[in-house]
Amino acid sequence: MTRRRATRRTFLKAGGAAATAALMPLTAIAQARPRVVVVGGGFAGATCARFLKKLDPVITVTLIETNSTFTACPFSNAVIAGFRDLAAQQFTYEKVVGDGVVLVTGTANVIDPQARSLTVGDGTKVNYDRLVLAPGIDFRWDALPGYDEAAAEKMPHAWKAGEQTLLLRRQLEAMEDGGLVAIAAPANPYRCPPGPYERASLIAYYLKTKKPRSKVIVLDAKDQFSKQRLFEEAWKKLYPDHLEWVSLSSGGKVISVEPATNTLVTDFDRYDAKVASVIPPQKAGRIAELAGVADRTGWCPINPATFESALVPNIHVIGDAALTGGMAKAAFAASAQAKVCAAAIVRLIAGETPVTPKLINACYSLAAPDYAFHVAGVYHPENDVLAEVEGSGGVSALDAPPAMRALEADFAKGWFNTVTGEAFG
Amino acid sequence: MNARRLLLAAVISLTAAPCSSASAAEPPPGASSCSGCHPAQAGVDTSLRPLAGRPASEMGALMQAFRAGERQPTIMDQIVKGFSDAELAAIAAWYAEQKAAP
Repeated sequence: MTRRRATRRTFLKAGGAAATAALMPLTAIAQARPRVVVVGGGFAGATCARFLKKLDPVITVTLIETNSTFTACPFSNAVIAGFRDLAAQQFTYEKVVGDGVVLVTGTANVIDPQARSLTVGDGTKVNYDRLVLAPGIDFRWDALPGYDEAAAEKMPHAWKAGEQTLLLRRQLEAMEDGGLVAIAAPANPYRCPPGPYERASLIAYYLKTKKPRSKVIVLDAKDQFSKQRLFEEAWKKLYPDHLEWVSLSSGGKVISVEPATNTLVTDFDRYDAKVASVIPPQKAGRIAELAGVADRTGWCPINPATFESALVPNIHVIGDAALTGGMAKAAFAASAQAKVCAAAIVRLIAGETPVTPKLINACYSLAAPDYAFHVAGVYHPENDVLAEVEGSGGVSALDAPPAMRALEADFAKGWFNTVTGEAFG
Repeated sequence: MNARRLLLAAVISLTAAPCSSASAAEPPPGASSCSGCHPAQAGVDTSLRPLAGRPASEMGALMQAFRAGERQPTIMDQIVKGFSDAELAAIAAWYAEQKAAP
């Protein structure tokens, strides 16, 4: 009897506690589950969202992304050159959602850092404790006279993969043999430093095999570029008659374009191309500016240990939009940053001090389908930026045998499958 | 008395560790980058081997061999040079403890 009463009392007590919980204000309950919102579902954003959930399943992680399909840029030059399907570049968010991430398909367009809230396209408000911006790049449509969004339909940048990639491929396929293909390469910094040269290589490969009387010319706003000696070695070996690079000091900088005639204008010359790919100057994706995390350079300064914005608290910036110091704007770097950022956020939410991280970047370029080389580096926070660890990193060896280039082409494919798998697979 | 205190402190630190969600699963510096090339998931088409569940001694020896130039230099020899012996050991130990993808 006594025992029964005791049980009943315990039961009543528990019931009372439940009733109290039900009466607690909504904010108190919300605070019990920390909220992290990630804007942008590319390599950086998707990887970060998944790692946040993996490291601390209690956190409510929301991923806001405009598109329902992601189209990856790495290897998209192979699509342009006709030896890879665009479908191999495309990924959905099913597995990300499967990990417990809340996916909101829409475009974030207002951020209120004071209220820690943001608004998605249709007016939906989302609150956050910490916000991660991974918006990638946008183009500076005002930076190259003659090159606006309409011009991009004629002279594709193909620097955000998708329709633009296919457009450039169709233009190459439609070109008569004997035509000039021109690529305008921008000054630093921009997404994927070796990308314009990989594109030139693979277009040269296409021309050499399909339209041998044609040629590709790179008009460059720089005198030096990523993996330069490796590219130049490959060009000499593979494409001596099909590829020409014009440096800044040789007058390569494109100062304006005329889309009506596919003309690229430099200080001393006019190039009438049959096909022109113009890669314009870039800045952090639009939402960075709206959030106030971009500085006058157009990119976002960050704390190199946590990726928290140097300008606005509780907002982190990862991937191509971030000003990291030494790390290139590249998919693998974005992925590495995403994982470090996720770990830092979990610690910050738990009231702990984030650890001093180390990050790796590994990046492969193709000069032909079975000819690849890499650049790698290890980075750590130093003087408020991510600096390369002394003595680490480097590029593939020059004068390597074809078997080594083929081995690295195999590594490159594996690299793509693994880094996309971590984000989307 | 001192021994008991020590024991108590040890027990506290042991029981306290799993409560910290951040430190329980968090990889040591550098380790989270590795899975960009060495797949953490099953079924990824790559010739690079996963790291999870491999003996720490095996991975540690491989990384030291890369550093010493005893293995064919590709990319790993350049990456291991960015880490101290202690960091490499911590990375190897952490991956050894991870469950291999099914």
